[in-house]
Amino acid sequence: MIKSELVQTIAERNPHLYQRDVENIVNAILDEVTEALMRGDRVELRGFGAFSVKNRPARVGRNPRTGQKVEVGEKFVPFFKTGKEMRERLNDGTDHGEDD
Amino acid sequence: MGSHTVTRADLCEAVYQKVGLSRTESAELVEQVLAEISASLEGGESVKLSSFGSFVVRSKGERIGRNPKTGEEVPISPRRVMVFKPSNVLKQRINDALVEGAS
Repeated sequence: MIKSELVQTIAERNPHLYQRDVENIVNAILDEVTEALMRGDRVELRGFGAFSVKNRPARVGRNPRTGQKVEVGEKFVPFFKTGKEMRERLNDGTDHGEDD
Repeated sequence: MGSHTVTRADLCEAVYQKVGLSRTESAELVEQVLAEISASLEGGESVKLSSFGSFVVRSKGERIGRNPKTGEEVPISPRRVMVFKPSNVLKQRINDALVEGAS
């Protein structure tokens, strides 16, 4: 499923809304999550999962071809952890625990 | 790093502010969006949200794990897991916002 299909499904279920409204709703949600992560905040959606940002400190890497040392700067990467209810839904109601 | 945790209530508020539906309806629509994404993943279909990222379902076969405390070998049952792959746009925006001196 891609974003336009998600928008269409939700629009069909809510005939009183214009498709453009639904598009704005989906974008508002995604923008809010993006802006939170840009501040380094966590986004917790019970039953679905939680987004957070992980810090990767600067390190000295190596070019695997030449063996030459390369400075790799500090990085921040988005991270998602699946919620318990979602984990169970993927496995017919069985909770196998957090391991993935 | 930020210390605030954003929740459903904040997403509802954002929808309320930007789209102009009532608070009740904004909350209802946020639920519907999350429910639709969840249902697609539950059915095994991945969800691609351009410039944000994609949620992908992966099936894992049985494998042997080890209890790290006792060293005992235990079978890990086959399962389905969901993975979020952030888009390059999202990664770039977060990195640019948080790395000091990044342009």
